[in-house]
Amino acid sequence: MIYLQLLWVYLKIGLFGFGGGYAMLSLIQYEVVEHHQWLTSQEFTDIVAVSQMTPGPIGINSATYIGYVTTGSIWGSVLATTAVCLPSFILVLLVSKFLLKNHNNPYIKSIFSGLRPVVVGLIASAALLLMNKENFADYRAIIIAVLSLILVRKTKIHPIWVIVMAGFTGYFIY
Amino acid sequence: MNLYITLFSSFFKIGAFTFGGGWAMIPIIEKEVVDKYNWLSKEEFLDALAVAQSLPGILAVNMSILVGNKLRGTRGSIIATLGTVAPSFILILLIAIFFSKFTDNPIVERIFKGIRPAVVALIVAPVLSTAKSARITWRNCWIPISGALLIWQLGVSPIILILAGAIGGIIYYKYIEHRIHN
Repeated sequence: MIYLQLLWVYLKIGLFGFGGGYAMLSLIQYEVVEHHQWLTSQEFTDIVAVSQMTPGPIGINSATYIGYVTTGSIWGSVLATTAVCLPSFILVLLVSKFLLKNHNNPYIKSIFSGLRPVVVGLIASAALLLMNKENFADYRAIIIAVLSLILVRKTKIHPIWVIVMAGFTGYFIY
Repeated sequence: MNLYITLFSSFFKIGAFTFGGGWAMIPIIEKEVVDKYNWLSKEEFLDALAVAQSLPGILAVNMSILVGNKLRGTRGSIIATLGTVAPSFILILLIAIFFSKFTDNPIVERIFKGIRPAVVALIVAPVLSTAKSARITWRNCWIPISGALLIWQLGVSPIILILAGAIGGIIYYKYIEHRIHN
């Protein structure tokens, strides 16, 4: 049963994952944390952190991780990872020729002009859902978040270093 | 047979050395696929990128499928995708097996107490940068704001909003088109 749910959830994530990793995050979070409660909000944040520090796309990383923790088996990872890639296979092999010829088609363009502002909202919702007591232990956590935001916005620092610095800070202040 | 090995190892490298995924992977894919192996011309690469971006799913996976498919059909696309996925799969699986033991450690818990708020900040940052590239203005800012509120406060599925955005885009286009014709 859990395998069927996992398959269904990651097929949906693969099929509706428009707008890149961070936008996909809101889908993953909705399904995995809010809807199925396979992970707590805190565990989800930890996986995002681990994903940032390890190579590879977050869609794959989350599928592999969640596939394992929900089933306790490597087959859960294999299933979820395959499921998240499967819609891409079908779509790329079916529609890539059509899209190559028609990516200036006004209907396709209008779909994407409608999707673009929505994607911004999706990423915002992922951030808002994670702004909770589990992730913000006290006022010092808010300071870490504000400083991290300024750092990534104002400098070209790689997100990995922000996480490493925040980890050091956590070790020394808590 | 040889090409399959090259294809796999090339995409394995792409998967293993790019942190954060998505756009961070594109220059490395270009280097391997266009400059090093000449599997795609520069123009073909840009076309493939346009298609990979237009389709749902993971950008790097879409690119692997397109490149693999061009070289060796469906089998090629499977090999390239396996290459992209393998490094994260192996690494994350090891982490999943051992991570729960890690987090029980009080030192690790302190470190993660510092990391969690930073992760939230890392997700806020692309909201601001994509708002710029999606040309969000005072006129259309209600779309992302109401979308985020619907998910956050009312628990609406992001899938509903993606469908609404796509349909909204078409309706808007037809409405504008209609006005121009009259």
